[in-house]
Amino acid sequence: MNKNKEKLLAKRYSSEKRFQFLGKSAIFMALLFLAIFIFKIFSTGYTAFQKTWLIVPVNFDAETMYLDANPSKEDLEDADYFEISLQSMFNLDKNANEKQQNELKKMVSYFFEREIKQELINDPSLLGKTKDVYITASDDLDQVFKGNYPRDLPENQRRVTDYQLKIFDQLVEQGKVESKFNLSFFTYPDSREAELAGIASSFMGSIFSILVCLAIAFPVAVLAAIYLEEFAPKNRFTDFIEVNINNLAAVPSIVFGLLGLGILLAVFQLPRSTPLVGGITLSLMTLPTIIIACRASLKAVPPSIREAALAMGASRMQTTMHHTVPLSMPGTLSGTIIGLAQALGETAPLILIGMVAFVNTIPGSPMDPAASLPVQIYIWAESAERGFVEKVSACIMVLLGFLIVMNLFAQIIRHKFEKKWS
Amino acid sequence: MIKISAKNVDVFYGKKQALFNINLDIEENQVTALIGPSGCGKSTFLRCLNRMNDVIDICKVQGEIVINDFNINDKGCDVVRLREKIGMVFQKPNPFPKTLYENISYGPTIHGMAQSKQEMDEIVETSLKKAALWEEVKDRLHEPGTGLSGGQQQRLCIARAISVQPEVILMDEPCSALDPIATAQIEELIDELKKEHTIIIVTHSMAQAARVSQNTGFFHLGELIEHGSTDKIFKNPDNTKTQDYITGRFG
Repeated sequence: MNKNKEKLLAKRYSSEKRFQFLGKSAIFMALLFLAIFIFKIFSTGYTAFQKTWLIVPVNFDAETMYLDANPSKEDLEDADYFEISLQSMFNLDKNANEKQQNELKKMVSYFFEREIKQELINDPSLLGKTKDVYITASDDLDQVFKGNYPRDLPENQRRVTDYQLKIFDQLVEQGKVESKFNLSFFTYPDSREAELAGIASSFMGSIFSILVCLAIAFPVAVLAAIYLEEFAPKNRFTDFIEVNINNLAAVPSIVFGLLGLGILLAVFQLPRSTPLVGGITLSLMTLPTIIIACRASLKAVPPSIREAALAMGASRMQTTMHHTVPLSMPGTLSGTIIGLAQALGETAPLILIGMVAFVNTIPGSPMDPAASLPVQIYIWAESAERGFVEKVSACIMVLLGFLIVMNLFAQIIRHKFEKKWS
Repeated sequence: MIKISAKNVDVFYGKKQALFNINLDIEENQVTALIGPSGCGKSTFLRCLNRMNDVIDICKVQGEIVINDFNINDKGCDVVRLREKIGMVFQKPNPFPKTLYENISYGPTIHGMAQSKQEMDEIVETSLKKAALWEEVKDRLHEPGTGLSGGQQQRLCIARAISVQPEVILMDEPCSALDPIATAQIEELIDELKKEHTIIIVTHSMAQAARVSQNTGFFHLGELIEHGSTDKIFKNPDNTKTQDYITGRFG
């Protein structure tokens, strides 16, 4: 009898140990996957925050630009920079033939003319002199300099020619190639050229979408939640509504995209590819999340508080507005932020309403066409150029950073302002 | 003088009847205790008196409850005005998670009882003094009310209830969550308050009923078995069930 008992006890202990071990290994696995994921993204993406520049001497020759000795500001704006820009590239190899000259030109981004122009506009006294100018290298040379480019491939399988590599290596030897912080990644809109592509348009698109989403979803959801929780009679009909709100939260996001396409674009004729439409579509998705969070936090307010207020002669409306709703706000707000964070990472519905279009302007309002960060990731991931690989990871980093900040904010609100009930 | 008069009161929770034909008169400026075993309907009856049962969807109250010659179960009765006249203190202290000052000033604010900050300060001070809490908290009026001890919280709730100068105060087992010392303080307070207010207290403790009340009603299984002066109920009850409960044979 006693022996049996001891056996049973040993069994209980060992099963608890087994369970703890399984739990710990599950956590370890989860952390491991997370670590691999983050390591992969950072190791691929960190180079995107650096950009390679070629330092090229430019001769600001007035005659070539059709300028007189003392040009006005307008003259400088209108001058012809193409010739001097081209010449300064050709000067990298004075003996180049026509084909090689064409290759020389392709060593830098097509923005080179604009960069040279900006240099002169910033300092008009350069006219007639020669100065070293920083010019954005082409995305392929950028990758070569970062060591991401397979130089040992046969030439016909490379976008960089042997000639370009030779000149580039000479420049590197002369210290004429520099890597600097890639500010344009944050300030430029999308571009077909990887070296010029930035996240400004998609970042602003995401911000506008989220604001529109918040402006629509928050008031509607909070009012719906307060009415359902505090005022609506509990009957079959309200049960039916509740079930449907929960169902709505489980609807695949692409369905909301189709809804946006079919109703907002087709019926209401709202402008395509805009954060306005994106935001409205996302708000449909966020609505149930906020309603559920708001109702849960209203439910968490102890009934004794409601009774206290009612017994003081407060009306139902006063009880709700003075006591219940303020007490539920921390939970509601953190639920809202988490809902918005979900919306921020949403891609499928935005693709359907056209926010996947190539947009190379920075939107100034929710009515302007824009992309969004997750869609930008999708667009770049589809692109063939090597330069976009690191951009994808960098964009993911920005999006993740954004999400982490939002979730952190939600946690802080919850812990700092939520009342503890004994 | 009769303050509240309940006539033929029936209460239903859905299909289940919780109170059967209650007839009870409550004397003005006295303490009336309602006693009885758990689930006997004494709290339900108490909540009829300020229509707190309205909050429960499935609860239906029938019969007449007349306060100041006015039947509060009439359609024309305004519950907000009613609850201003009839305050309530609950089983578990339930101060608002706000400052002490805001706890007391809430009632006067929503009923528009103070014209100025000064008047409000006075109301807060007198309410806290009447609840015998002023000396303990006068230096921390702007700290949260939830930071007080249980007994202090309950006195805060009493101060909150009397801040709107109700004619009647309903107390639903106000001491059941408190220790003996805090209980003694509250009982002393009840004795003091009955000079200005009519008090109805639901209690599990027969000793407490005997100590604080002048009248007692004994409830059992939804019926009012017996009511009368506390002396009589405790010393010489008419009904054998009352006798059995008082002497501890059941309940």
